Amino acid sequence: MSTFLTNVFAGLALGSTYALVALGFVVIFKSTGVINFAQGGLLALGAYLGYTFSNNLALAFGVAVLLACLSAAVVGAGVERLVLRRMVGQPPFAVIMITIGLLFVIEPLITAIWGFDNLPLDNPWNLRTVEVAGLVLGVRDLWTIGLTAVVVVAFFLFFRFTAFGLAMRATAFDPEAALAQGISARKVYAVSWAIAAALATLGGITLAAGPGGLSPSISFIALAAFPAMILGGLDSPAGAVLGGVIIGLAEALTRGYQDELFAWAGSNVSVIVPYVLMIVILLIRPYGLLGTKDVRRI
Amino acid sequence: MPAAPILSVNNLEVVYDDVVLVLRGVSLDVPHGTVVALLGANGAGKTTLLRAVTGLLVAHRGKITKGSVRLDGTDITRADPAQVVRGGVGQVMEGRRVFAEMTVEENLRTGAHTRRRAEYRESVDRVFDLFPVLAERRRATAGYLSGGEQQMLAIGRALMARPRLLLLDEPSLGLAPRLVEQVGEIIAQINGQGTSVLLVEQNAVMALSIASRGYVLEVGKVVRDGPAGELLADEDIREFYLGSTDDTGRRSLAEVKSYRRKKRWSA
Repeated sequence: MSTFLTNVFAGLALGSTYALVALGFVVIFKSTGVINFAQGGLLALGAYLGYTFSNNLALAFGVAVLLACLSAAVVGAGVERLVLRRMVGQPPFAVIMITIGLLFVIEPLITAIWGFDNLPLDNPWNLRTVEVAGLVLGVRDLWTIGLTAVVVVAFFLFFRFTAFGLAMRATAFDPEAALAQGISARKVYAVSWAIAAALATLGGITLAAGPGGLSPSISFIALAAFPAMILGGLDSPAGAVLGGVIIGLAEALTRGYQDELFAWAGSNVSVIVPYVLMIVILLIRPYGLLGTKDVRRI
Repeated sequence: MPAAPILSVNNLEVVYDDVVLVLRGVSLDVPHGTVVALLGANGAGKTTLLRAVTGLLVAHRGKITKGSVRLDGTDITRADPAQVVRGGVGQVMEGRRVFAEMTVEENLRTGAHTRRRAEYRESVDRVFDLFPVLAERRRATAGYLSGGEQQMLAIGRALMARPRLLLLDEPSLGLAPRLVEQVGEIIAQINGQGTSVLLVEQNAVMALSIASRGYVLEVGKVVRDGPAGELLADEDIREFYLGSTDDTGRRSLAEVKSYRRKKRWSA
């Protein structure tokens, strides 16, 4: 039983990271209709900025995280301003190709600045654990789950109650009608990119604080968050969170019971589980768990 | 010297996708405090004219190639939509376009996007006063309102910005005759409170009955304009836009058909 609970806990932590990244995908998709393949790049960039603030500048970890999120948000909005603004009105396909191009620009940029080596991110969590009711829980995992919960709640409050959140929802629903209310679509687009980049950074830092440390391959996590977003429904923030948690749980549980149940499938089966799950769910609900039925699929 | 009209469109030319010329030199004035009707068949360019005023052409790859738009004497040609709204132009788009996923109240809040928070209360009271049904259903999801209620919501949303000039694009579209009448009354009432109105309509009777002046647009040009009463009495207008033939007697349906057939195939 305790093995099961430990696995569930690990899955929740992993799922939280996925949820943060998937939420970023959804924000951009909802407001601009574009799937941002550069999300992984922004995540890595944010995590490396966190490294610089925390290790090189020796700032308090909390401050470093906050600064990293803010600077990533500025970068996200800047990318939107400099590159994607020019693509408004062009076919989504062209814009999606541009985001893929961005990914290929950001990655070498990161290795040029920070190198290829595995860097240990200074953080107060490390591998410390606490014991709760006989369960050994990682401090980092606890923080990841807690932070994600706070961010998700803040996210939903923002969209429900603030004027700008409302403007973003209006733009997502009907861009032209939103323009007619005097809502600036440019501002909405820039803010969505900023939010997505900040969310990705938070996800990246919680991941980099873990045993793997920080390496350029951290951007691949966005690839695993991809099924989370699609599974939840491309246009549903709640779906992104749900999808993230489901994928995280599925991955952690397969890894946990690897030897007993999945020995026949090879040693890395947990890596493909998210995608298998995504395909199965899409076969049953093509628009994802909470997605709108008529949403465009790619 | 008389005051500048609230809206003055001068010799406007609009092109879509760099090739399709939709407006070819349209001029039109909306004097302060009046209702002006803009009539015309489908594809005449009525909606395009409104888009040219509000800056929404960009969203349709349209461009103003000639002419100017002035709001109360200030040039707003090619201004962006947010600027135009802040300048005091509200618009109700064709097909209502309410945010169906949001509640009535949230829809009204989006309409007040350009206003300060403190002014919201006052505007929302005015809208609820005008449309009591919206006050009753303020927490309802907009998509579940009836067509008439959605039209009222769309008008209310536009009023939230407290416009000096209200542009309405076919507010009677798809509504039952009794509701059309009601929409007409509401527009007259809004105008009575001091808002100038440019009303685009296919329902010429309703439009001309509340307007003081009317323009008729045909393939991108103003072909007739004059006081509303004069247009209402005009033979051709009656024939083409009002569908009334009581002066000449009923025409047989067969005659109409053969005329159409002839026109289509021999041209």
